[in-house]
Amino acid sequence: MAAWRNDGGTAIDRSQPLAFSFDGKVIEAFAGDTIASALLAGGVSVVGRSFKYHRPRGLWGAGVEEPNALVDIAAGMPNTRATQALAANGMAVRSVNAEPSAEKDRRAFIDAFSRFIPAAFYYKTFMFPDWHLFEPRIREMAGLGTLDETKTGPEFAEQVNHHCDVLVVGAGPAGLHAAREAVRAGRRVVLCDDGRQPGGSLFYRAATIEGKSGAEWVADVATELERAGDLVLTSATAFGIYDHHLVGLSQKGADGAPDRLWRIRAKSIVLATGAIERPLPFGNNDLPGVMSAEAALVYLRRFGIVAGRKIVIATNNGLAYETAEALVAAGADVTVVDYRADASTPAGLRVLKGVSVRAATGRNAVNAVTLSDGTVLEADAVLVSGGFTPTVHLYCQAQGKLDWRDDILAFVPGRPVEGVDVVGAAAGTFGLPPELADGMARDLGIIAAWPKPGAKERVWIDLQNDVTAKDVELAVRENFVSVEHLKRYTTLGMATDQGKTSNVNGLALMAEITGRRIPDVGTTTYRPPFTPVPLASFAGARSGTRMNPLRRLPLEQAHRADNAVFREYGGWLRPAFYGAGSPEERIQAEARGARERVALFDGSPLGKIEVIGPDAASFLDFIYYNTMSTLAPGRCRYGFVLTEGGNVYDDGVLVRLDENRFIVSCSSSHVAGMHALLEEWRQDRFDRKRVFIHNATAEMATLTVTGPQAKALMGTIDLGIALDDTTLPHMAVVSGVFEGIAVRVARISFTGDRSYEISVPADHAAALWTRLRQAGEAFGAGLLGLEALMILRAEKGYVVVGKDTDGTSRPMDFGLTAPLERKKVEFIGRRSLITEDAGRPDRRQFVGLEAIDGKGVLPTGAHGIERGSGVPRSIGYVTSSYFSPVLQKPIALGLIELGLSRMGEIVELQHLREIRRARVVSACAFDREGSRLHA
Amino acid sequence: MQLFPCPFCGPRSESEFHFGGDAGNHRPEGFRDVTDSEWTAYLYERNNPRGAANEIWMHMACGEVFRMERDTVDHRVAQSFVLGEGGDNGGMA
Repeated sequence: MAAWRNDGGTAIDRSQPLAFSFDGKVIEAFAGDTIASALLAGGVSVVGRSFKYHRPRGLWGAGVEEPNALVDIAAGMPNTRATQALAANGMAVRSVNAEPSAEKDRRAFIDAFSRFIPAAFYYKTFMFPDWHLFEPRIREMAGLGTLDETKTGPEFAEQVNHHCDVLVVGAGPAGLHAAREAVRAGRRVVLCDDGRQPGGSLFYRAATIEGKSGAEWVADVATELERAGDLVLTSATAFGIYDHHLVGLSQKGADGAPDRLWRIRAKSIVLATGAIERPLPFGNNDLPGVMSAEAALVYLRRFGIVAGRKIVIATNNGLAYETAEALVAAGADVTVVDYRADASTPAGLRVLKGVSVRAATGRNAVNAVTLSDGTVLEADAVLVSGGFTPTVHLYCQAQGKLDWRDDILAFVPGRPVEGVDVVGAAAGTFGLPPELADGMARDLGIIAAWPKPGAKERVWIDLQNDVTAKDVELAVRENFVSVEHLKRYTTLGMATDQGKTSNVNGLALMAEITGRRIPDVGTTTYRPPFTPVPLASFAGARSGTRMNPLRRLPLEQAHRADNAVFREYGGWLRPAFYGAGSPEERIQAEARGARERVALFDGSPLGKIEVIGPDAASFLDFIYYNTMSTLAPGRCRYGFVLTEGGNVYDDGVLVRLDENRFIVSCSSSHVAGMHALLEEWRQDRFDRKRVFIHNATAEMATLTVTGPQAKALMGTIDLGIALDDTTLPHMAVVSGVFEGIAVRVARISFTGDRSYEISVPADHAAALWTRLRQAGEAFGAGLLGLEALMILRAEKGYVVVGKDTDGTSRPMDFGLTAPLERKKVEFIGRRSLITEDAGRPDRRQFVGLEAIDGKGVLPTGAHGIERGSGVPRSIGYVTSSYFSPVLQKPIALGLIELGLSRMGEIVELQHLREIRRARVVSACAFDREGSRLHA
Repeated sequence: MQLFPCPFCGPRSESEFHFGGDAGNHRPEGFRDVTDSEWTAYLYERNNPRGAANEIWMHMACGEVFRMERDTVDHRVAQSFVLGEGGDNGGMA
């Protein structure tokens, strides 16, 4: 490319030279240069290869609209827009979709076959036998940047939640003006812009505002905002507008600082997002050297780069003339091709009126254009302006509807959206706000120059997605005339670009071919994000264990000192087993020790939801399947809680401390759900002043002593309680004192052996645990992890809800029919238990399964099968399965069709390709008479 | 992310709330006399309105259940009410 640096440029600091590499070639630049401006000044004409045809592509734009110049930065982000990333000393930049370099791409040959690979070619051609056969190879050939999978990406992005009276998006003249008006009216304002400083077009379009130059006025307004304590966010793209005026902003971190994701809730939003210049449709309009006229002005005034020496400017409107005059002043040879025959144009310019560009020529760079009258103009840069498309993405995301304006040939915001104002070029008002600079409103004076069907050369509509006018014509021929179908069929307006430069030209061509008006074709739906946002920004610090923090035991350190191996159980990090060596041996030893002697278990996550008040008993009668109001104070009762659909939701023990005070000991993983369930029913159905709920789960730790020696061990610890079975029988609770602190001791057993559950305030748990450990030494007390506890409870046939139940389980399937038959009052789910489904004769029931084939433990999840009519049919499945150390044989639990009436029957169980045989037995495999509870 | 007005805590992010169903979905009482179709309607038949909706929500932060009138199309929230105030409130579950 023939661009050259002059001595201007307000964005760069010539005292700070730097160098970086692009495709291995050294590029020299200055501090303040973007990668794009440095490439342009460094004579790089081909900045990348196109998505599909590997066409050479150069810079089109200077900002967020850039469709071509996506680059991978080593140790940085893939597919970075070169127009927005600052050049840094020593950085290694690579072009995308090109090998070995953009200049000499070895797949450039593909373009020679382009007429055979139009839109949808891949899908049509590689249908048989299977697209997936071809997909990896094709994806490897196409696509843009490359993700370095050895990199983990940014560790986190800061998350900022903020609220304000007015959020102004876009800090050009219209945005600055709106922000200043709001500040002066006493509002709290946030002003954001995706540029590195506020100012927008005032940095490259000449303006005098309130007697100051554009740059001076910008600095004054920014200072006024900051003095008022308002935020001016730069390098921050408002990428989405969400319900109730929430705007998402992705802010690039400066100098290696982490990115920030802002969630700003504003009472009102002003969109001053400007407009994006459109290309003109002519043959080979994608050649490197064909650039937006507005971008050329940016490069000239911000970076001191003159786009070429012999320049053709093609325009269908009046706004390109500022570029023309500036380039002439910079010493370039400029010819303006003005599509308008009757345009009034500035003096001193070479202007050809009433002609248009038919095609550009050149190989890796443009070298000439041919006009509609056959004239050939040599050129090393072709700057084009096909009009401006207001940036209405956020307005449309906010459910705004667009109107078409024939005078400016653009979609503009139509009906007002509450709390969302659109101003400036985004609203179709080009130039400066009239309040600021009378007479500075710029006259677009545009005429139509839409793409036409039937062009001989390839006319590019969407540069990023390689869509030509012919592809749109093909879509129409195949009847994809809806704009949404057009997009999906041709990929027009897809990907990171989202049609910023291409949409309107595509719609206009579709309108032309189908004989409709452009507004009747309509636009595709605008969805966030406006520009890609790194996923790391959405995640913030919520990664790994921070995604869903584990709940931790007060005794975690004590367990670690005992070499506990921790696993997650229902959100809690709990000891699975203790000690090194084979886990299976450790678990078996723990379970055996608990049966033979005594064991200590940390049951702290057990639910402890207090229900208090004069109506507490009748409330719990409604909550539980079982009758609870008859429970005597100081006693405990096991019960089910159902859903209104009559299915088992939770189980557990209810403790009645006194007449009006109960504790719901729900499953540890169901505490949040049970708490919400209790609150919902309390508030909806009961007198809210006569029953109260308090979740004390985390306040109290629960330490359990279980086993035949449990009573003896407890006898050595002074809790001020009597341990005799009259005062403290099975399923009773008493209050005691440990080192001056009130504790609760309950005879509740989940092992089938005599057990004492001691609930102590969490901050005293360590002292009690130490005391139990010391006392336990004399009895050979071991520690019991969750895995061994699971074996002990399975030996007894005790249910774990969610493991031994599923979403269809009803209490009767577990043999618990008495409440349904005898309970006098309503309870949750009652009506569902007398439905046809609840009474089905083939329900799956909870039973034990004893392996009889000598092949060891049954696989959990193995299906019981019945081969009645040839095709095997499932009759249920194994829910829990272990080796029982005390019985020295495998035990299992399962839900089996009509299981309770199949006792003694042999069933076949299938797991993967293996067939096992088991006898249906009672769920309780150990101590059926329950004598050990009292031993 | 919508803002919902908890009658007790003021406007809060929707992620703090738990949906409780249509307001006015009263639980048919007296299980022996409740027909299958009445019970089915209570359990499964939902209004799913387009436009004005009258719903029960729980604010998980404070645990309070309340009724809210909002629009399912434009997501405008009209008003929220403490249970037992501002008309028919029951039948949330």
